[in-house]
Amino acid sequence: MSLELKGVCKEFGDFKVRDVNLAVGEGEYFVVLGPTGAGKTLLLELIAGFHRPDEGRVYIDGTDVTDEPPEKRRVGYVPQSYTLFPHMTVEENIGFGLKVRGVKKEERLKLVERLMDSMGISKLRGRLPMTLSGGERQRVAIARALAVNPRLLLLDEPLSALDPRTKEPIRRELRRVHEAFGVTVIHVTHDQLEALMLADRIGIMNDGRLVQVGEPREVFLNPKDEFVARFVGFENLFEGEVEAVEGGLARVRVGDLVIEAVGGGLGACLVGIRPEDVTVSLKPLSSSARNSFRGRVVEVEDMGALISLSVDVGIPFRALVTKRSFTDMGLRVGSEVYLTFKASSVRLIRAK
Amino acid sequence: MWLRERSPFVIASALLGVLILLFLILPVADSIFTSAGGLYAALMSEGVRRSITTSFYAAFITTLIALLLGVPLAFILSRYEFPGKRLIDSVIDIPILIPHNAAGIALLMLLGPRSPIGSLFSGVGISFTDTLFGVVAAMLFVSSPFMIRSAEEAFKSIDPSLEKVARSLGASSFQTFAHILLPLSLRGILTGCLLTWARAISEFGAVVILAYNPKTAPVYLYDVFISEGLKGSAPINGLLIILALAVFVGLKFLAAKPTKPVY
Repeated sequence: MSLELKGVCKEFGDFKVRDVNLAVGEGEYFVVLGPTGAGKTLLLELIAGFHRPDEGRVYIDGTDVTDEPPEKRRVGYVPQSYTLFPHMTVEENIGFGLKVRGVKKEERLKLVERLMDSMGISKLRGRLPMTLSGGERQRVAIARALAVNPRLLLLDEPLSALDPRTKEPIRRELRRVHEAFGVTVIHVTHDQLEALMLADRIGIMNDGRLVQVGEPREVFLNPKDEFVARFVGFENLFEGEVEAVEGGLARVRVGDLVIEAVGGGLGACLVGIRPEDVTVSLKPLSSSARNSFRGRVVEVEDMGALISLSVDVGIPFRALVTKRSFTDMGLRVGSEVYLTFKASSVRLIRAK
Repeated sequence: MWLRERSPFVIASALLGVLILLFLILPVADSIFTSAGGLYAALMSEGVRRSITTSFYAAFITTLIALLLGVPLAFILSRYEFPGKRLIDSVIDIPILIPHNAAGIALLMLLGPRSPIGSLFSGVGISFTDTLFGVVAAMLFVSSPFMIRSAEEAFKSIDPSLEKVARSLGASSFQTFAHILLPLSLRGILTGCLLTWARAISEFGAVVILAYNPKTAPVYLYDVFISEGLKGSAPINGLLIILALAVFVGLKFLAAKPTKPVY
């Protein structure tokens, strides 16, 4: 079912939601992505009805629900720490919504049974929440929210409390649930990877505002401003000036360097390059890549599978290399290297 | 952790602690032992039994009223912010701060036969001076803060997200209270009942001023002490202490055993 927010504003304690306008279509998986403190949880709570917006309206399925209490909205809510009712068994937790809505016991048990079956948690039915693992709790919390056949499913950081090995199956489960139940999902997270893997569309939130909304690919490739660029991984971000445009190629001056980029338009702009788009070599590469600079490694950071290098080429640059090539090249702080990247890897962001 | 540390500070703390414990235990133990011979006679006395019945009954009624009126207030205080909340917080502490005979006089002025409120109540046949109503009013005044505070603490210890989830699942605020908040705070509320009851049954100062009659056990004890001295009052004293301890320990034991494991 669809959701629409029109000019929603709210201040609550340290958190703010400012003038949020958003339309989420029926059956869509929408991810709100933003750093801690951006107001993501407050936004969810406004949709769920725990707060009344200071300004603006909330529509579900075209109906204005701004003044309706949460229990009338039929919005499934899974808070950050899943918060199962600690004094109820798994079965009672899942059946709670049906019980308070007056669904008869027989029918209730049947529905709960079917849900537990579908989520693969039938054998947990008699257990109390404190005896469950993180992944099991999350499954129960989702089943509990789905039990009342919600018009919307709101997920607040559903994967962040899980250990890395449980994350993967639950992420797949979310995808499956979304497809199987056809429910519209609003999922809040600070994790880009989660957003990329799950979202039909994402909205980047910063300081209470939705700063960019679009398909993940679009947002990740074409960030609208410096904040979004930084947030979606353009770690190399410099202020520059387009000096000339020729045949679709722009020559951008950044400090003492001239970087070639695909695009046009003279004048000031931000230049963004992802560290994974930068190739590191000991000798100059003979390739079609338009940009190649010489510099010295100033910092080495081990990130597990990859090594993040900080290279001074006149401006500080970040590049990623695999552990294998890091060792093969014998890199260390002080090594002289060449950084190479394509003109098409460079994003020009017009400064506001 | 078993006390294993040998530092002078810890040893000194333990010794000082023993002193205060002795000071608490000795009078009680002494009362019980010296009165042991007269306990049975005291129990058989009509006046003693009547006063004990009055005390238990009044304290029970007091606890029920405190439960009915105090728990909703505790719920509001634990969940909502509003102007004047700090003032209310201080108001709840008043009975703990002021001398209890002063509380008794204040209640007498408010509820006495010549006061507006007192005459309003006497219109429907309720008088607070020298009646069980008076006893309960005095007990309620001094003991209700214990109920409110215990319940408030219990509510505050519950994650508000649980209520949000319940509401989103379709539960009204009352259903949320009944199905989520109440079961999870049951132990805290029971503790509140226990403290309220204990405070009520041990009250003397406020009760004696507002309602000298019907005599509660502490008032009766005071009566006997004034007319017959230490010797006459000691057995009754011992009996009251034993009874209060027995009931308190018994209830505490019940309250400490939840039927379902919580958390």
